[in-house]
Order: sequence, then C-alpha cells, then structure tokens
Amino acid sequence: MNLLAFDVDIFTQLTLNGLTLGSVYALIALGYSLVYGILKLLNFAHGDVFMVGSFIGFGVLQLLGGSVDPVVPLWLLLVLITAAAMGGCAMLGIAIERFAYRPLRDAPRIAPLISALGVSFFLAYSMQLLFGAEQRDYDAFSMGEGVLFFEGFSIGNVRVPLLRIVIIVSAFVLMALLWALVTRTRTGKAMQATSHDREAAAMMGIDIDRVIVFAFVLGSALAGAAGVLFALRAPTFAAIGFLVGLKGFTAAVIGGIGSIPGAMAGGLILGFAEAYTQGYVSTKWSDLLVFVLLIAFMLFRPQGLFGKADIKKV
Amino acid sequence: MSTPGDWDDSLTTPPEGAVEASAAAGDDTAAAAGDAGPAVGQDEWVARHGERRSRRTGLLGTLEARVAVVPWWAWLTLFVALICLLPVGFESGYIRRVAFDTVVFMLLALGLNIVVGWGGLLDLGFIAFYGVGAYTYALLSSDQYDIHLPTLVVIPVVAIVGGIVGWLVGLPSRRLTGDYLAIVTLFFFQVFLTVSNNGDDIGGESVTNGPNGILDVDEFSFFGWDLPRSTSEGLFSVSYLYVALVFFVVVYVALRLLNESRTGRAWRSLREDPLAAELMGMPVNRLKLMAFSFGAAVAALTGTFSTALNGSVFPQNFEFPLLITVYTMVILGGAGSQAGVVLGAVIVSVLLEALRDANDARGLFYVVIVLALVAAFRASPKLAIVLGGTIVFGIVARLVAGGIDDAWTVGRVGDEGGRLAEWAAEWVIVPARLDGWVPPTAYIGLVALVLCLTLVRGWLRIGLLVPTLYLAAFVWENVLLTQPESTRYIVIGALLVAMMVARPEGLLGEKRVEIV
Repeated sequence: MNLLAFDVDIFTQLTLNGLTLGSVYALIALGYSLVYGILKLLNFAHGDVFMVGSFIGFGVLQLLGGSVDPVVPLWLLLVLITAAAMGGCAMLGIAIERFAYRPLRDAPRIAPLISALGVSFFLAYSMQLLFGAEQRDYDAFSMGEGVLFFEGFSIGNVRVPLLRIVIIVSAFVLMALLWALVTRTRTGKAMQATSHDREAAAMMGIDIDRVIVFAFVLGSALAGAAGVLFALRAPTFAAIGFLVGLKGFTAAVIGGIGSIPGAMAGGLILGFAEAYTQGYVSTKWSDLLVFVLLIAFMLFRPQGLFGKADIKKV
Repeated sequence: MSTPGDWDDSLTTPPEGAVEASAAAGDDTAAAAGDAGPAVGQDEWVARHGERRSRRTGLLGTLEARVAVVPWWAWLTLFVALICLLPVGFESGYIRRVAFDTVVFMLLALGLNIVVGWGGLLDLGFIAFYGVGAYTYALLSSDQYDIHLPTLVVIPVVAIVGGIVGWLVGLPSRRLTGDYLAIVTLFFFQVFLTVSNNGDDIGGESVTNGPNGILDVDEFSFFGWDLPRSTSEGLFSVSYLYVALVFFVVVYVALRLLNESRTGRAWRSLREDPLAAELMGMPVNRLKLMAFSFGAAVAALTGTFSTALNGSVFPQNFEFPLLITVYTMVILGGAGSQAGVVLGAVIVSVLLEALRDANDARGLFYVVIVLALVAAFRASPKLAIVLGGTIVFGIVARLVAGGIDDAWTVGRVGDEGGRLAEWAAEWVIVPARLDGWVPPTAYIGLVALVLCLTLVRGWLRIGLLVPTLYLAAFVWENVLLTQPESTRYIVIGALLVAMMVARPEGLLGEKRVEIV
C-alpha cells in the first residue's frame, strides 16, 4: 500500500473505527483499573465477565422477542438489554469477589492471580457448556428495520451510522457517570482513599469490604455494558473473553493501571492504534504490533501514561 | 502426606480445640521437610514450627513416621518402575500413549515449578517455551530447511535455545515485579502464538507453515538407531515412553540437586521476600533470570521428544488451556515440592483422560463424592445421615418427578453402561429431552448452592448438602457428561480456585508459616 497517497476518507473511517473500538476497550479497562487501584489485583476474570455480559444481553434480547420483532420500542430494548447485562455482571462480580478473592486477601500476591485464572477458565467453559461454542449475533441490522444502519450523518464520504453514535455516546456517558460517582460521592471518595492507602482508610472508619465490593460492582457493570455495546457490532462467543480481556487490560496498563482517566485514555489509544495498524499496515500482524508495543511500554514506562511510579516503602 | 483430616475445617463445624488440631494435621509435610533444620534465610522458629506440634500416635502415626523416612530416590525409583511396568502389564496403545502424555506433563510441571514454586514468579508464557523447543526441534530435524541434525546434537541445542529465550523474556523481570511480570510473559505468549500462526509468510518466506504446522519431523535416532513411533502392528511404541522417562529422571535428579544447592536456597529466600533477599546481598536479578532460563530450558527439552513422537508441530498445540492445565498440576500437587508437582501432573492428566469417557467420568464422580464425604465426616453418624439422606432424597425426587410427568424420568443414561449406569438411571432424574432452560438453571443453581455451602455451618450445612449432592448428580448426568470437552476445563478452573482458597500449599507442598 502506498502510504504517500493519503486518503482523507480512509483516515476518517479508521479514526471512526478506532473511536468505536477504543470506547469499548476503555469501558473494560476501567474495570481492571478500579479493582487494581483498590486491591492491587489483576482481575484476569474480567474479560470473561465481559463475555457473560454480552450473553446476558443476547438472552434478554431473545426474551423480548428477538431483534426483528421486539415487544418494546427500539430505544427501550437497547436500554433494557444493557441494564440487564450490567445488573447481571454486577452480581457476578460480587460473587467472584466474595468467593474467589476475599479468602485470599492476605495471601501472597501470586495466590489471587492464580485464583483469577481459575475463575476466568471456569466462566468461559461454563458458558461454552451451557450455550455452546457457536457465535451469537445480536443482528443489530434487523433492529427497527435497519434504522441503526441507515440513519446517521456523513463526514466527507464516510457514513457514520446511528449504531456507532449509540455505542460511542453510551460509552462516554457511562464513563462520565463513573467519573462523577468516583469524584463527587462519599462512596467514591472512600474508594479513592482506599486506593491511596488501604490501612489508613480502614483506620479512618472506611468499611474496606464495602468499598472493594463496590469497585467490583462498578467494574463488572461497565464490563457488562461493554459486552452489549461490543456485541451490537460483532458476534460474541464463549471464548471471546480472553482476547478482549487482554486488550482491555493492555489499555489499562498503557494508561497507567489504577488510574481512571488513564484507563479511558489507554482504551482510546489502543483502539486507534489497532484501527490504524489494521488499515495502514496489516490485519495479520496488528495484534503482534500491539503486544510488542505494550512490552516496550511496560519496560520503559511501567507506570503508564497517567500512573504514578510505585515507590516501595519498607 | 495429606490426611483425611484436612477436609475437617472446610466441611464441618469443628468443636473447641479442633481448629488447632486440624491446622496441625495439614502441616505434616512441614515436619517432614523440617528435619534438616532451618535452611539459610529462614527463621529458626518458623522452620521448626512443624516439630513443635503434637504428633499423631497409633497405627496411623507409626505408618506416617515410617513413610516419612523413606528417601526421595526410593520413591522416585518406585514411581519410575511402576510406569515402566505399565506397558508390560497392558498391551494397549492407548494406555501407553496416556502414560507418555503424563510424563510430558510431569516434565512441564517440573519446569513450571522452578519459576512459580521456587522463584515465586508468575510466568504466564511458560507454554511458549515448550512451543519454542518444539519448533526449534522441528526446524532442525525436518525437511522444512532440509536440516537433519543428529538427535544427540539437537537436544542440547534446543535446551540451550530454550534457556536463552527464557533468559531474554525474563529480562523485564529485572525491572518488574509480580503482576507486571505476569503481563509481559502473557504478552510474550501471545507474540509466540501470533508468530507461529502467521509464520507462513514472514517476508514472503514460510518459516513455520502457519496453522498447517511442520510435518514429517524426524524421529529420534541414537547412534544410527532410529526410534520407531509405533511397532510393526501399529501399536504405540514403548521406546518413546522410556526415552521420556529417562529425560524425566535426569531432569528430576538435576533439579533436586539444584534445589539443595546454594542457588536453590537463594530462590526460596527470593520467593519468601524479594526485598529481604536483596538486602541480604543476593543477586536478585540474576536469580530471577536463572529461574526463568532453567524453567524455559526444561520446557524446551520436553518439546523435543513430544514433537519427535508426534512427528509434527502445530500452533494449536500450545494454547492457553494447556498453560492453565500445567498450572493446575503445579498448584494441586503443591508449588515448590517436586514430588508434589509430579503427583499433581499424574492426577490431573489421568483425570482429564478419564473425563473423556462418559462411563469413566461417571464412576469417577461418584467415587470422588463418596471419598470426599468419608474424608469430611469420618465414621460419624453425620456420614450416614448425608449419604442416606441423599439416596432417599433422590428416590423421592424421582418418584415425584415421574408422578408429575413420565417424560421426566424416561431418559437414558449414556449409551452402554455397566452396573453403575443402571443404578444411576434408577436414581437420578434423567428427562427424555432437556428443555433449553433446564440445563442453565440447574447448573447455575448448583454453583450457587455449592458457594452457599461454604458460607453456612453446622446442621444447616448438612441439610443443604443433601439437595446439593443430588443436584450435582443431576447436573453431572444430564449436562456435564454430554459435553466432556467443556467439562474437563470447568473442572480444571474450579480446581484451581478451590485449591487456592482451601489449600494453597497443595497436596504435598510445604505450608508457609508467616511471622508478622
């Protein structure tokens, strides 16, 4: 491909792809960051929570009559499946925290990581057992007689369908809500305090258990929403959690794991990086570029873009 | 040694004083390992922890003491001899193949144990080293580039290449700790998979043939003698099993000596507290790199003979589930204990094999349930209550279900079956056809019930145990047995979490005593 022939339309299209992908990655990255900020735990099961969310959304969609002929108006349908996925994932997050992580809170750090790997595996294969390994398509094209694809506006020659607007706007609304929740409410401030210094926060009378559960609820609910938003564009399947989780987690690391604005920025950066490499370099090697970039990133700036260097006091 | 008493504190309400007793029962290995006295870098009080608790008396106690003095090489000889005898006893290619795969797993577990168990580093790229070894062997002894090095040359080369790659991947560990290291190694794993999958077009050159793999890899040949893969009757050739065993013994003994050396002690102190180790003047970075390199070399070495036997290598052979499986072996057996991880490898490998077959899996399920109950309750009336209650509960539930609708109980258990299948069919509700919502509801209900069991105590727990066991049997017969592939990995995942929560030191691992 001739890089010199710079095509504005292709660039706009790739930017749009990157923004859509990146906003979903950012939602997932937030879940990793919230939990890491408080527990210093890499929740390997997070990608699978995302996958469960997309399946819950699919199930509720079928319950409500499927995408061709739903019993409720389109906007309500989308709200309902997203809400169901968020609620279901929040409960799943509570259960995972309670049974797989809480007993290991004071164990050596490697223990909860291994437990998280087990949870991830358990969730992925349980879904495969119950609902099969085949792909599930939300069939967004049929929703409201294709309104999600035919409505929208254009930038130059590039069409921006309503579906992408819905995905990007909902992702950003959720992120704004989370930001408000963390910075404005009492619980949010308790989370910040706990993330800063867990022991000191406990001494100040903050209920650490509650804060941790809350972080899992928020993170998992966002993953559920991300699952639905992702599955509106691409089919979902039981094994998807691993790779998408890996991407979300990469985004969190790039932004500085533990930092909320970092996760958002990291998600967008990763989305753009992936879209541009796919468009300009090669689809085959795009994952490799992303991973190599990340390894380099980890080596030279492990604290990420927005993170603070971890100074260990003895 | 693990004792039945270990289940006590997780399943029943301990009476006063039993907590200490059961905690001590879990510590037998610490006593066995503590005989040599405190090692360098260990607190004496902690190291002699095992000696201070009261020992078991009577027949069991005597037996335990006798078993504890059997030296490790005697166990090793016995174990290897048993595996060697397998092909003699069974004229079945299947058994030989399973034995061979188990030895491969044992070696992988030994390699991972160096990094995870001794070094305390979470290496999520371990299987990539196995893959590197396999591909290096394949490239150096196949028609791909028409290189056919002699086996005795290629094996050390592969091990060295593996060690060097491990060293390179371990380099980031100099700057990164814990989670970050896990990420970098995981990404290395992804890089390996991407390269091996897309290796059919690296600058227009096909190096790994991508998903099609490298075929026609040479068999092992020593001093001009080719080692055939199968006998003239097409039966799995025993020679590879013996070659694998030789590798296993050499690696086991070498690692055993390594663990008892200065380096081994340094690794352990690194695992316990990297910061303290560094302050004591240990070359922390070099130790971490060594752990990575040794683990990778063992994995790469394992890659040589598994590839030589299979005669081909594909990227699909080295995927994430394999990594988790090897982790489960190490965790189940006890990270840090060589005998433990070998035992873990044997158990998990045989378990996975048994789960392939519905009848084996059924038998295994009921045996494990009954054994777990016996271990939990010993010979107390509670055991009779739970077992009897479950059986009665099942009969009643089946009668009620059959009374409502015949279709609920006329399903068939498995295709052909043995006596156990007949009994199961008489006891478990097996509907003729499962509606779409039944399996998910039953499965999720079962998971929820099992999780609830860990929260409640006393008679409530026993009351809850009865329906849980029956539901477990229902789900096992109706849902899990129908999809062995998913079931295998569900069992692995659940095992990993359960071990970490209930018994992080594994079956034979040393329990870590932390002083605050």
